[in-house]
Amino acid sequence: MSGTTDAIERVWLAERRLIVSSLARRLGDLQLAEDALQEALAAALLRWPSDGVPDSPGAWLMTTAWRRALDVRRREARLVSGDEALERAVDTDQALLSPAEEPDPDDLVHDDDTLVMLLACCHPALTIEARVALTLRHVAGLSVDQIAAAFLVPAGTMEKRLVRARAKIRDAGIALERPRPADVPERLSSARAAVYLIYTEGHSSSRPGSPVRRELCSEAVWLAEQLLPLDPFDEESIGLLALLHLLEARADSRSGAAASELVLADDQDRAQWSQTSIARGRELLATTSGIDPGPLQLQAAIALLHASAPRSADTDWRRIAQLYGVLARRTPSPVIEAHRAYAVGRADGPQAGLLIADTLLQDARLRSYAPLHAIRADLLDRAGQSAQAAAARDLAARWTPNDVQRDRLLRGSRLAGDGGR
Amino acid sequence: MLYLLLLTHDPAVTTAPVADDIIDDWSAYTDALASVGVLVGGAGLHGPETATTVRRSTPEALVTDGPFLESKEYLIGYYLIDVPDLDAALTWAVRAPNQRYGSVEVRPVMPGSLAPGPGAGSP
Repeated sequence: MSGTTDAIERVWLAERRLIVSSLARRLGDLQLAEDALQEALAAALLRWPSDGVPDSPGAWLMTTAWRRALDVRRREARLVSGDEALERAVDTDQALLSPAEEPDPDDLVHDDDTLVMLLACCHPALTIEARVALTLRHVAGLSVDQIAAAFLVPAGTMEKRLVRARAKIRDAGIALERPRPADVPERLSSARAAVYLIYTEGHSSSRPGSPVRRELCSEAVWLAEQLLPLDPFDEESIGLLALLHLLEARADSRSGAAASELVLADDQDRAQWSQTSIARGRELLATTSGIDPGPLQLQAAIALLHASAPRSADTDWRRIAQLYGVLARRTPSPVIEAHRAYAVGRADGPQAGLLIADTLLQDARLRSYAPLHAIRADLLDRAGQSAQAAAARDLAARWTPNDVQRDRLLRGSRLAGDGGR
Repeated sequence: MLYLLLLTHDPAVTTAPVADDIIDDWSAYTDALASVGVLVGGAGLHGPETATTVRRSTPEALVTDGPFLESKEYLIGYYLIDVPDLDAALTWAVRAPNQRYGSVEVRPVMPGSLAPGPGAGSP
């Protein structure tokens, strides 16, 4: 009995995602595919212990779910008068004339099912929260509980979000097909935004080291890889993958908890950086033209400059400051200005950086932005103004959600250490 | 699938009641929709100053002057189109001539709910 349950679990985990994608494409309805597969699983749990596990459990689930979905469609067609519902039911009936002519489940899986599902889940017509939730559930295959835990919402809330999003896919007619060439750039852009958010959530400093967090990061890298085949020359997509590899390279080091380039590892931690990931990021960036780089390419280039420095003191701060300048012009934001202030402070002397940082303090939105205070604290230290530096460090500590970093701040250690300054 | 394209105009962009310079563009747009066979219906509307709204929140029907939407953007027209999916509808929506002056809401029609009759579609 337990052997059967194990078999079911194994099939479930490995093939569930593929079966749902394949079913959803054929039915044009992700919610229906989900529901049908749930019922197929229930049937498996009832039948397999006595009938035995089929030779091809995945195929069994696929076929059972398919038949169940058709039953639902036929029932809907009877209930809803109107040509459209009947048309849909007739369409799916044509595809399945009789059990003897059932499509081979192996034929139902297309090579690009994952990509198609990813693009559908990331359609710009869906809110960013919906895109992230759908992608993690139906492309990455995380459970609702895992996703809810990652985003600190109750599981019921996350389930409702998913149901609403699947309803929109069905009701608004978001096609579960490869997009038309003209739509590709916007669809990629929308998908990149969701993947980037998944990564930053996983990388957020609020819960360092938790397993769900690491899961999100590695899923995000995998998802970014899935986007490339749609347009291998899309430089922002290349930039995203490069950036994620470069951020992952530093993820395991002690101070790698923040995605902010501000938090620089001292030399001891640099030894833990993954040179393989850095090389991969460098390789990817090298394939881009460097002409009119988008924000992701720029962030990747900055990350590469950090990753390439053997010691913190070897960092090319001037080049980084320049890149932040270009980035700020493309996507102006006070957060980017704060990072630029730090780079300028390291390149041209602390006073130059403090000039920018102090102006930013006028912005009320930044009062609770811990990195800005940490930036000021570091530059003030370098300028020899230790009393003001301590005050800034206190502010940074107050606004830091991450226990590890807050402790370091409170103990007075500088975030940017490079040994003998 | 049937989609309703709701067209609006934002008077903050231009003080003309409806942007005069795009009247020809609307004809061209309508012709384009009709020529590929996706046009089911559509119409242009008189300005919001001609609108009358009926509300029934009190036992007596409350009839007031003006549109029901309390926003500066107001409806100027609609199209009812029949296209395969949302992306096809959006492809048409982005080509609507009022992009500079307002926006287009794309709303799917509930299957089976379209009432038959000439009102449903006279371009």
